[in-house]
Amino acid sequence: MRFTRRRFLGTTAAVAGMALAAPSIRAQGAPVKVGVLHSLSGTMAISETTLKDVMLMLIEEQNKKGGIMGRKLEAAVVDPASNWPLFAEKARELISTQKVAATFGCWTSVSRKSVLPVFEELNSILFYPVQYEGEESSKNVFYTGAAPNQQAIPAVDYLMSSEKVQRWVLAGTDYVYPRTTNRILEAYLKLKGVKPEDIMINYTPFGHSDWQTIVRQIKAFGSAGKKTAVVSTINGDANVPFYKELGNQGVAAKDIPVVAFSVGEEELAGIDTKPLVGHLAAWNYFMSVDAPENKDFIKKWQAFIKNPKRVTNDPMEAHVIGFNMWVKAVEKAGTFDAEAVIDAMVGVSVPNLTGGFSTMMPNHHITKPVLIGEIQADGQINTVWQTSGLVVGDEWSDYLEGSKDLISDWRKPMSCGNFNIKTGKCGGKA
Amino acid sequence: MPSPSGGIRPMPELKRLLPRFIAPLLVLAALVLGPAPGALAQSVGDTLAKFATDRFPDTARGVEEIARSGHPTALEIVEALGENRLAYSQADRSVYVIGKDDQVRSAETGAPVADIAPNQLRRVRINNPVRSAIAAALGALRLNSADPVQRRAAAEAIMQAHDADQAPALEAALGREKDARVATAISQALAALRIVDTKQPESVRLAAIDTLAERGDREALVMLRNVPAEAPAAIRQRAERAAAAVERRLSILGGVQNVFFGLSLGSVLLLAAIGLAITFGVMGIINMAHGEMVMLGAYTTFAVQEFLRTSAPGLFDWSLLFALPLAFLVAGGVGIGIERTIIRFLYGRPLETLLATWGVSLALQQAVRTIFGSSNREVGNPAFMTGSFDLFGISLTWSRMWIVVFTIAVFAFLLFVIRYTDYGLRMRAVVQNRAMAGSVGIRTNWIDALTFGLGSGIAGIAGVALSQIDNVSPNLGQGYIIDSFMVVVFGGVGSLWGTLVAALTLGIANKLLEPLAGAVLGKILILVFIILFIQKRPRGLFAQKGRTAES
Repeated sequence: MRFTRRRFLGTTAAVAGMALAAPSIRAQGAPVKVGVLHSLSGTMAISETTLKDVMLMLIEEQNKKGGIMGRKLEAAVVDPASNWPLFAEKARELISTQKVAATFGCWTSVSRKSVLPVFEELNSILFYPVQYEGEESSKNVFYTGAAPNQQAIPAVDYLMSSEKVQRWVLAGTDYVYPRTTNRILEAYLKLKGVKPEDIMINYTPFGHSDWQTIVRQIKAFGSAGKKTAVVSTINGDANVPFYKELGNQGVAAKDIPVVAFSVGEEELAGIDTKPLVGHLAAWNYFMSVDAPENKDFIKKWQAFIKNPKRVTNDPMEAHVIGFNMWVKAVEKAGTFDAEAVIDAMVGVSVPNLTGGFSTMMPNHHITKPVLIGEIQADGQINTVWQTSGLVVGDEWSDYLEGSKDLISDWRKPMSCGNFNIKTGKCGGKA
Repeated sequence: MPSPSGGIRPMPELKRLLPRFIAPLLVLAALVLGPAPGALAQSVGDTLAKFATDRFPDTARGVEEIARSGHPTALEIVEALGENRLAYSQADRSVYVIGKDDQVRSAETGAPVADIAPNQLRRVRINNPVRSAIAAALGALRLNSADPVQRRAAAEAIMQAHDADQAPALEAALGREKDARVATAISQALAALRIVDTKQPESVRLAAIDTLAERGDREALVMLRNVPAEAPAAIRQRAERAAAAVERRLSILGGVQNVFFGLSLGSVLLLAAIGLAITFGVMGIINMAHGEMVMLGAYTTFAVQEFLRTSAPGLFDWSLLFALPLAFLVAGGVGIGIERTIIRFLYGRPLETLLATWGVSLALQQAVRTIFGSSNREVGNPAFMTGSFDLFGISLTWSRMWIVVFTIAVFAFLLFVIRYTDYGLRMRAVVQNRAMAGSVGIRTNWIDALTFGLGSGIAGIAGVALSQIDNVSPNLGQGYIIDSFMVVVFGGVGSLWGTLVAALTLGIANKLLEPLAGAVLGKILILVFIILFIQKRPRGLFAQKGRTAES
C-alpha cells in the first residue's frame, strides 16, 4: 500500500470519528499505527530516508499477510529534519496524537537521547536500529543495532590476530559515539598489553573535509616499524573525503588497513572504491552475505524501491529484525498495549538475514553474529571473518571503570536498567 | 570461515623482525631457491588445490608454493589472484585463470578451456594477509621482468618484505641492471637487507646505512631504526646518526608539506568564497544560498559524468572540461533567477535578504534531494587527478595540485573580467554610484542581475572542483557557507585581493595549527582569532577607503 494523502486523511478521519463515537469499536478493524521517526531532510536524510522506506516495505508486507491479529498496520511517518529537539516533539506527536503502537526510528545517539525521556514518560516503545556506544538501557527502548562488544571489540581482535596489528590509530568524529567507543577500545587495548605510545587518538569536527594533515600523520605514525591499523569511527559525510585522501596519498590496505564502524554499502555507493579495496568494515550484516533470507530480502527491497541497483545495509537488517520481533511479541502478548508487549519482547527469537536467529535479551539488546568484511572494487563488502557463534549485546562495557559493575535486566521482578552488582542496588554507578 | 588465529605465530627468533613482514617473508624464503631445472616438469596439482579450499591461510600458502615452483604460469596465476581473476570450479576443485577478456584458461597449463563460462566458477577470495603474500611473490617473480617500472616495483616490494634470503637474487639483478633508477632501487633494497645481516662484514653494513640515509624517506627510517640492539657499536651509532638525520630532513619536509596543505586548503576556501566575494563583497547581498550554487555545480558534474559514462566513455577524462561551462551556466542561471524573482525586491534590507536566501537554500537542497536522492553521488576522478607525485621528497596529491592551479586561473579570470571588460566597467560604476551610473545610461538592474549571476556561476564552477575532493550530496553547500563568509569578512568586504589573502592565510594557519592542536581545537582557535581581529579592524584586512566605503 503506497501512502497517499487521500488515504491518510481518510483513515485519520475515520479513526478519529470512531474514536469519538465508541472506543470499543476501534479494536475491531481499524488499522494500528506504527511510528516511523527518521529524518527525511537535513544532514541525516542521507542515511535515514532508506530506513523509512524499509519500514514502509515491512508494513506493506505484513499487511499482505493479513496484518497482526486481523488488524491492518499503517505507517505514521514524520520528519524530524535532522533537528534533535524536533525529534522529541515529533515523538510526542506520534505517541500522544497519532497513538502509535510502537515507533521505529532515530539514527544518531543524540537524537535517541533526545526522545528517550518522551518514550519513558508516555510509556511507549522505540526500536533503535543503529550501532551505538552502549552505556544506556531503557525499559522503553529496544536496541537492535550493535553494542560496542558486537562490533568494535571483535574488529580489534581480528586485526590483532589475523593481521598482527600492534599500533593503533583511533580516529573519530568529535561526539559521543566515537568518544565512548574509543574510551572502551583504549581500555581494551591496554588490557591486551598495547603500550600507550602505540595508540594515537584523533578527533575531527563533523563534516571534516580536509584530511591531508591527518592522513599524513597516520602515515608517519604507521612508519615506526610496527604493523599499524586505523580504527575509524568517523561519521557520515566526512568519510568520503577521508577515503579519497587515503586513496590519493597511496595508503594501501595491506600496509595500513582502516577498519570502519560507520561505513556500509550505502556510504560506499558515493565513492570510487577501487583504491580502497581491502580496507575493512565491521558490522552484523553485509549485503554480500550468502544466505537465502538475504537473497530474498534484497529481491523484495529492490522491487519495492523500483531500483535494481539499490544496496542494503546493516541498520536496514536491524529494522527487519526489530519489526519481526515486535510482530511476534504482539502476537505473544495478544494485545498492542505497550506494557504487555515490552514484557513479551524478552526472549522473542526471529530469523536474521545472515542465516541465523536473533533473540531479544533481558537487557533489551539482541544477539547477533559479528562479521568483518573487506571492501571490494564494486562497492560491496565481502566477509573475511565472522564470530563462530552469536554475540550478546553488552550495554554496560566490561572495560570501563564504573560500568563494568552494572547489569541490566528488564524482566520482573528486577526491572532495572543499571543494577550495580557491587552495591546490590538498582541505580547506577556507586 | 577461516579463524583469525589461523595465521602464523611468530617464532621467538623472528620476534624481533616485524610481524608485518612475516607473511611475505615466508613467501620469499620459499622463493630464494628460484626455479629449479626440473621444476617445470613438476606437478603443481597439490599447490593449485590450495586455491580451491576457500580458506585464506591455504590461499597464502598456495601463493608461496606456486611462486617457488617455477611453474611457467606462476606469474600469471599470482597476477590473476591479485586482480580477482583466479577462479575454481566447485564441482571438481580445478583452478582456472579468467583472462581480462573473460577467456577461461586452465591455471596449470594455460590452455584455453572452451566449455566453461566465467560465471560457472567461483572466484578465489583474498584478504590483506594474502595481498601481502601476493605483493612479495610478485616482487620476486618480476625482478627479471622486461619492464623497468615492474623491476623497480619489484625491488620496492622486496625492500618492504625485508628478507635476507633474497639478497643473492638482488645482487644478480643489480649486476645486469642498466636503468639507473631501477639500479638505485635494487641497491637500496639490498642495503636494507645487509644492515641486519650479521654475516656481512662491518664495512658493507656501514655502507648500507649510508645508502639508506641517502634515500632518506620514511621507509628508510623504518629500516634504520630496525638495527638490532646487539649489533656492533659502530653500526648502531652510525644507524642512529643516520636515522636522526633522516628524521630532521623529514620534519623540515613536513613543515614544507604543511604549508602546501595550507595552500591547498586556502585555495579550496578561496574557490568557495570567491563567488561570495562578488555577491556579498561587491553587491552587499547576504546570500545564504551561495553554498547551494556550489552544490548545483557539483551535481552538474555528476550529471555530465553520468551522460558520458553511458554515451561516450572515451571522453570520461575530459568530463570536467565539459562540466565547467555547464556548471557556470546552470548555477549562474539559477542565480539570475533568484535575483530577478526574490532579491531585487529586497535591496537595502539585509535581514530580509538573509532570511529569504536561507529559505531558497533549503528549497534548493530539498529539490536536489527529490531529484537525485538523498544519498551521495559518485563523481569519478579523471586519470590526471588521481594519485600523488613526489616533489623533492614531499608527496603531493594531483587532485589538490590541480585545484590550486584551477583556483589561480579562476581568480585571474575574475580580475580580468572586472578590470578589463566593458561589463566589468559598468559593474564597478554601478557599485560605486548607482544613481550616476543610471543617469549615464547603464541599465543598473540588469547589471545587478548579471553580477549576481556571475557570482553564482563562479560558485558553480567551484562546485566542479570540490566534487573531486568532497561528497556530492545535497548537504555539500552547507559545509562551505560559514567558511566562505568568514573568508570574505576577514579579507575585507568588497576586495578580491583581500579575499585571496584571507583564504590563503586562514588555510595555512589552519594547517599549521592542526598538527599541534588537533583539528577541533585548531578550528576553534582560528575562529577566536577572527573574532578578535574583527573587533580590532571591523572592515577586515583590506578595508575599502574613500566614499564607497560608507555606502
